[in-house]
Amino acid sequence: MNIFTRFGEFLLMLKGMFTKPEQYKVYWKELMHQCVELGIGSLGIVSIISVFIGAVSTVQTSYQFISPIIPRSVIAQIVRDSVILEFAPTITCIVLAGVVGSKISSELGNMRVSEQIDALEIMGINTKAYLILPKIIAALITIPLLVIIAMTLGIWGGRFVGDLTGILPHQIYDKGLLDAFVPYNVTFALTKAYTFAFIVTAIPAYFGYTVKGGALEIGRASTTAVVTSCVMILLADYILAAVLL
Amino acid sequence: MIEINEIHKGFSDKTVIEGVSSLFETGKCNLIIGASGSGKTVLMKCLVGLIRPDSGRILYDGVDFTAMTEDIKKEMRRKIGMLFQGSALFDSMTVEQNVMFPLEMFSNKTKAEKLRRVDEVLDRVNLNGAHKKHPAEISGGMKKRVGIARAIVLNPQYLFCDEPNSGLDPQTSLVIDKLIREITSEFNITTVINTHDMNSVMEIGDRILYMFQGKKEWEGTNKEIIFSKNERLNNFIFASEFLQDAKDMRMLELRGKINEDRNMDDLLK
Repeated sequence: MNIFTRFGEFLLMLKGMFTKPEQYKVYWKELMHQCVELGIGSLGIVSIISVFIGAVSTVQTSYQFISPIIPRSVIAQIVRDSVILEFAPTITCIVLAGVVGSKISSELGNMRVSEQIDALEIMGINTKAYLILPKIIAALITIPLLVIIAMTLGIWGGRFVGDLTGILPHQIYDKGLLDAFVPYNVTFALTKAYTFAFIVTAIPAYFGYTVKGGALEIGRASTTAVVTSCVMILLADYILAAVLL
Repeated sequence: MIEINEIHKGFSDKTVIEGVSSLFETGKCNLIIGASGSGKTVLMKCLVGLIRPDSGRILYDGVDFTAMTEDIKKEMRRKIGMLFQGSALFDSMTVEQNVMFPLEMFSNKTKAEKLRRVDEVLDRVNLNGAHKKHPAEISGGMKKRVGIARAIVLNPQYLFCDEPNSGLDPQTSLVIDKLIREITSEFNITTVINTHDMNSVMEIGDRILYMFQGKKEWEGTNKEIIFSKNERLNNFIFASEFLQDAKDMRMLELRGKINEDRNMDDLLK
């Protein structure tokens, strides 16, 4: 199957999601369930990664800062902007592509192979709307929130390590954080977060939903889904940066 | 009653079903039998609308299913229940939630009414104490019974069973067959069963459609099958020597040479 056929199938899948729900209450329940699964379920890993990214950024920026004429508070500015513009949205979403993407792909793949999707179809349920749409909406709600948390924890991680190692006292760090802050950077980061949230759920959902075969194919679909999502995140990252900055 | 007329279905350049016509009667167990690859699963998927046939008509009580729009088909599907080969229960839900799911989706009953209905159908399939168990915690036979309960919870008019006995021991198979037969006559539904199980053929096959390489090879009842001269059918059904002997004895029984309590002493002398 060539890339154009797959892309066509993907668009048809997205189109097929938009029908009137059979029962709003059941869909709402599923949406809330997915919010918990995707959002709360990923909070731990996102927190750990963000704190360490902020910490490492502070240490490495400081290491490269050898000129005595540049004030040390610039380190905080660099950490802040790196975390907001790139690390929080992109690295978080690449990690989520692995965590959430493989979960969605294998869950739907298993449902397809074990005929659970056929069972829903025979009941007269629009499986694309019931199984995929709540996942995408849940990601659009929770992933930007996770990215905001990642930004905060990343910046805090840098501050904590600066203080802990004596590289940058928190008074100077805090001053640097407030210098030359551009609020648009947050808007840009959230635009990226929404785009990536769609990518990390829609692409794995497509690969899982269209699995044919058995356990081996589910594994393959899961790997393909994660790889494709990561590549698409990087591509979208470049396009958004080129267009919006 | 379901009537199929000249159903054709192919994938790429391979024809899987070639001009199959038949009639599945209400209140009876209608069996589709055939070797692996004979097209019976594809035929069943065409019947329930999971696959669209290339040509031909499927009439549900005179209404053309193949000509329906997707929206009307969705309505129609609510009259259909299906038991899958692997049961297809939702792993994340308990037995109770699995059975209640169609009610949650399609009925406006209160929670208490839904629970009462779930109790009724679980009781009907003799699964009283399994409400809170997950599919991973119950046996294959119990899964099939939950599948049946889920299929009948909305009072369907048509019940489809895809290899209901696969993976079950002979005794459990008998229980499932008996259950399907009882439900069919009790609720007067049109039941179509896709099976390999020869015991099912002989016990519950009110009407049997035998498929060979995508075509209808033979059609009749479980009594007629004994006397059938169709060589392919005989080779398929009575494949082993043991089954051949069983067939011969059943023929004698049906001809009245063995009495009802199967006292064969006279015959053996």
